[in-house]
Amino acid sequence: MTAAAPAAPRRSSRFALGKVERRNLRWGLLFISPWLIGFLIFGILPILYTFYLSLTRYSGLADPDFIGVQNYGRMVGDPLFWKAASVTLYYTLLAVPLGVVVSMVLAMAMNQKVREVTLYRAIFYLPSILPVFAISFVFVVFLNPGYGLVNWLLTAAGLPSPNWLGDPNYTVISLVMIAQLGAGQWALVFLAGLRGIPTELYESAEIDGAGAWRKFKSITLPLMTPVILYDIIIGLSFGLQVFTSAYILTGGGSRGAAGPDNSLLTFVYYVYKQAFQFGAMGYAATLSVVLFIASLVLAGAVFRWARGWVFYAGEEA
Amino acid sequence: MATVEAARPLATTAPGGRRLQRFVTTSILPRIVLIFGCLVFIAPFYWMVITALKSTAESVAFPPTLIPQAWAWQNFIDAVNFIPFGLYALNSLTITLGATIGAVLSNTLIAYGFSRIRWPGRNKIFYLCVATIFLPYPVVLVALFDIFSKLPSFGIQGGSSWVNTFLPLIVPAFFGNPFYIFLMRQFMMGIPRELSDAAKVDGASELQSFWHVILPLTKPAVTVIAILAAVAAWNEFLLPLLYLQENEKYPLAVGLAFFTSEHDVAFNLLMAAATLIVLPVIVIFILAQRYFIEGITVGGVKG
Repeated sequence: MTAAAPAAPRRSSRFALGKVERRNLRWGLLFISPWLIGFLIFGILPILYTFYLSLTRYSGLADPDFIGVQNYGRMVGDPLFWKAASVTLYYTLLAVPLGVVVSMVLAMAMNQKVREVTLYRAIFYLPSILPVFAISFVFVVFLNPGYGLVNWLLTAAGLPSPNWLGDPNYTVISLVMIAQLGAGQWALVFLAGLRGIPTELYESAEIDGAGAWRKFKSITLPLMTPVILYDIIIGLSFGLQVFTSAYILTGGGSRGAAGPDNSLLTFVYYVYKQAFQFGAMGYAATLSVVLFIASLVLAGAVFRWARGWVFYAGEEA
Repeated sequence: MATVEAARPLATTAPGGRRLQRFVTTSILPRIVLIFGCLVFIAPFYWMVITALKSTAESVAFPPTLIPQAWAWQNFIDAVNFIPFGLYALNSLTITLGATIGAVLSNTLIAYGFSRIRWPGRNKIFYLCVATIFLPYPVVLVALFDIFSKLPSFGIQGGSSWVNTFLPLIVPAFFGNPFYIFLMRQFMMGIPRELSDAAKVDGASELQSFWHVILPLTKPAVTVIAILAAVAAWNEFLLPLLYLQENEKYPLAVGLAFFTSEHDVAFNLLMAAATLIVLPVIVIFILAQRYFIEGITVGGVKG
């Protein structure tokens, strides 16, 4: 199935293409041309343009005014930039690992002898395809200290009843909760991974007297590490982009602070405010450049870190 | 992979105590986890529907009631009339339809080029294409907005540029999406080569072979892409927020956000609107569950 196409060693030089190959190249490029053109127009061009705009003062109306690296200097001294960066990192560091644990626990439970698994699958998966903006509106009501279900339950259980959206210590927790409703999608990805682990491995481990924890630690976890890494990388990318839930929870449109004490000022939210509420397109482009570089650096760091723990089958065979 | 010694008997002869323990760990414990998980995942939506069905006074009563005292079905009608729901829904539908058509057309063509024609450099360019999945798209928001604000719209929706038209929300869909390309390519790779070869022997061009041979065989994958693209367009928030500037053009996502920030919308009407927005997605999911699951398991095989 995964066997690679056999190499074609017929041609002597890689530039001398036969008639059929030249015809195939033409048709191949023609078929993928929508993507190629889109990649240039909606990918490469705006990225280069972002770098250029980051060096200008630009309101979007008059022509961009080249000012060198002044925007970058301004950024270093901008407390809201640091606030937005820390809110986003804090959110990502909470949401991503929690998401991995929730998805893993649900997947492992679904991988047991539960015949009604299709029902669980549907219930866990469905929230992950519902619009985040609608879910965020629901959470405004769901988490309301007076009229929400969560605080009613907490009070009934004799627990403290936090003001989720009014207390800056809890606002990001609310975002993390909304993000967990997407965990069902990953639970299914994990479940597919778990089902791919040969049962013989567990059987022979049992014969050797391994307990449940030992089997999890020595078989399940190592074989799931590639999927976990995939989840972390995608989660990281999405986490750094979080916007919609923060926008809705803070009532959006207003030009004031993003939630109490700007505690919901995520990075993309700050880019949005600078570009589209304050008309500082140049400075917003500077922030975008930082987001771009931070995404690449963090993804690279995760891949590097993962080398120590990701297990690829075949590596040690 | 480890090979198993076939001769070993399976551990079915465990004494009764261990069998009970096994029953608890493989059957009872997982169900406790799963049912608890379901309650947690359903709770927000339970609250949404319940609040939508309360009278305005009851929806802000303290402590809240867990079940409405009187079922106010009228709320759904009130919400649709108070919020310009029909207008927003029509805009959402238009954008969704456009983006879905674009996704189906472009991704099938592109995937064909990446899977059914052998050309030098194909795999390298495909890997580049897949790698762009990891590019965070908000990075280009500002620059792309500026580019679109300079493109002529030729009078479409009365705009002088692409800003304040549906074009930025629909046109990019016609240029493919790496995730859907990946999905469709996986599917097309599985179609036997002989089919295309036979068509070519009969003198079919690549376009004819695409249209008459391959496309009819990819209906399941086309359905997956159509569904995923439609749901994504229906759910999109940030792009319409940026590009659309008139109430008459808002889709539900942005319309609801602006409407609630400008008018006092009671919780029960807001939740009625939210229910109506998530309902089509739930219906599509129930009708096409298989295709969603397929989309995940193909997309999530290897990191």
